[in-house]
Amino acid sequence: MEIKRGIAVSPGVAIGPALVLDTEWFRIPQRTIPRNQVEGECHRLSMALAQAAAETRVNEEAVTAKLGPQYGAIFGAHALMLTDPTLVQEIESLIRNENFAVEYAVSRTMRRYAKALESIEGGYLAERVADLFDIEKRILRHLLGLRREQLRDLSEPVVVLSHDLSPSETAELDPRRVHAFVTEAGGRASHTAIVAGVLDIPAVVGVGPFLTDVSGGDVLVVDGHHGLLIINPDEETLERYKHVRATFRSQESKLHELRHLPAQTRDGSRVALLGNIEFPQESTPCLERGAEGVGLYRTEFLYLGKQSHPSEEEHLQAYLTVLRTMESHRPVVIRTLDLGADKFLPLGVGAESGAWRTAPERNPFLGLRSVRLCLRNLTLFKTQMRAILRASAFGDVRIMFPMISTLLELRQCKMILAEVKEDLEEEGIAFNPRLPVGTMIEVPSAALLAELLAREVDFFSIGTNDLIQYTLAADRNNETVSTLYSPGDPAVLRLIEGVVRAAAKYNVTVNVCGEMSGDPLYTMLLLGLGIRQLSVTPHSIPTIKRVVRSATVEESVKVAQEAMRLETARDVNNYLREQTRRILPSAFD
Amino acid sequence: MNGPTLKQNVVINNPQGFHLRPMGAFAQLASRFESSVRVSREGQTVNGKSILDLMLLAAVQGTELMVEVTGPDAEDALPALVRLLNAPPEEETTASSV
Repeated sequence: MEIKRGIAVSPGVAIGPALVLDTEWFRIPQRTIPRNQVEGECHRLSMALAQAAAETRVNEEAVTAKLGPQYGAIFGAHALMLTDPTLVQEIESLIRNENFAVEYAVSRTMRRYAKALESIEGGYLAERVADLFDIEKRILRHLLGLRREQLRDLSEPVVVLSHDLSPSETAELDPRRVHAFVTEAGGRASHTAIVAGVLDIPAVVGVGPFLTDVSGGDVLVVDGHHGLLIINPDEETLERYKHVRATFRSQESKLHELRHLPAQTRDGSRVALLGNIEFPQESTPCLERGAEGVGLYRTEFLYLGKQSHPSEEEHLQAYLTVLRTMESHRPVVIRTLDLGADKFLPLGVGAESGAWRTAPERNPFLGLRSVRLCLRNLTLFKTQMRAILRASAFGDVRIMFPMISTLLELRQCKMILAEVKEDLEEEGIAFNPRLPVGTMIEVPSAALLAELLAREVDFFSIGTNDLIQYTLAADRNNETVSTLYSPGDPAVLRLIEGVVRAAAKYNVTVNVCGEMSGDPLYTMLLLGLGIRQLSVTPHSIPTIKRVVRSATVEESVKVAQEAMRLETARDVNNYLREQTRRILPSAFD
Repeated sequence: MNGPTLKQNVVINNPQGFHLRPMGAFAQLASRFESSVRVSREGQTVNGKSILDLMLLAAVQGTELMVEVTGPDAEDALPALVRLLNAPPEEETTASSV
């Protein structure tokens, strides 16, 4: 049994077999197996070699077709190496005679060959060493986890382990087959954390290097409350966690009972609680938890892991899936493409069309991302707008532009939207001509200019994650500076206060999305500042509803006023914790 | 293995040496025969059906290799394998690294 400690980002307890997504940095530990597993290990070896060779043959064909036979031949040679009789013999004899686990036997054999090649005089084959490492990685990938392409059809639920989960990898996962995530990298607001929250499964991030200590299939316990990963737990630990899991589930079901009760303060103010979703299928759990609609529908998944940009029809089908669940009376706020920076496109997508600038940016968070990217790729932008407009004929659809930093950008977006409307009208395609238009407030400049923006939109949504990171100039994924990143920072509170005031002046609704709105610590503060609409990850809905139902607007206003007087994020957070516990002692349990 | 043992020496003429592509072709061709195929260089002998082993021979231009075939189809195998080793470098001057 081994215990690893990380950052708890999504609560719950999961018990299940490991699926290692990442072998790029692997150092395989020397591990031996009991004698009776020798045949099984040899079988795993031949399966892995056969799969790896087949995969390589496919690469050979693809590369030959693209670059010519000289280049394809490299993969041809790889395939030959993967079926090489002496290679198989040597690995098998390490398994049979030394009882090494197959991963270690593979690694050791490949490294022996690599060393032998390196030592050859004149270095005439030295660059072939890279080929050997490539083959080693390929075999290990088949041994240690399922192939990436198979992620979407896992046969049994697993705990997904990775150095870091990229958005495209998470987009490929079947949420019903994943018990939990654990990653080596990442912080409290990393993509993994957000996705785990949305999928409502436990997650631990920022564990540090641990992948070498786990083999695919090992039994794991993930404790999402305390940020623990337990590898191969002993009987006692396993029993204890089964108990914890059961308790947690019954608590969860108690929260579920809140579902049909309104999110209303004790003094009668209604708060609209909406859900943030990323995949269309998530609209169902969203409703089950009592969401009144979708406050933030992230559409990036449509673009990730694809070989080409999604078509208008693909967009439309995804939106209609959400609308069918939400029916026509529940709002669905669709955010236009918000890719860039932390959500890199897979290599080569759109490269041919020259539509994306794929060169690495020195400062991606301040670079060409989100709506900036869309405004330079009008075909892509218009395709999505057409789909959103077409969907608006079937429900309460609203469009929202992310990362607006100047008034001009907003006007450009609205102008393009008007053009698309005209096109649809000419084509006789139905849409809601009064489609509500909103803007995210997530760049400090937008928050400061909220009064100007408010005159030209129907609603605001404060994207706290980016707003905090841009205000404090602290990368939320960089563990070394992430302590600067706090929703309770006085600078952030001042910006939010200003946005709410500007919105009230022009009768514009303000929503708060981002992790802050789903944290019960800030519910009273937001209420007190005048926010009446929160969009949160579905699993936070019952928790937030409970705080709302325990609070009054009157005391929340006092709490907000007092919080605004405090000078540091720490003071604000401590004060809010105290005040929230006062009205609901179990708020943070 | 039953059958005759035949051997022949070959000098590598390819300016790039006995490199990945011909090695691959050699191992592939050798595997098609039932006979065992061994390739030696100055006392070091490896399995001719293994591309990885052939790499370890490090046969640059001018190296003399001995091809030794034992088995029922040795008489077909040896000339075919020698012919492959003696074949002129393919028209691949642009892909010098392979």
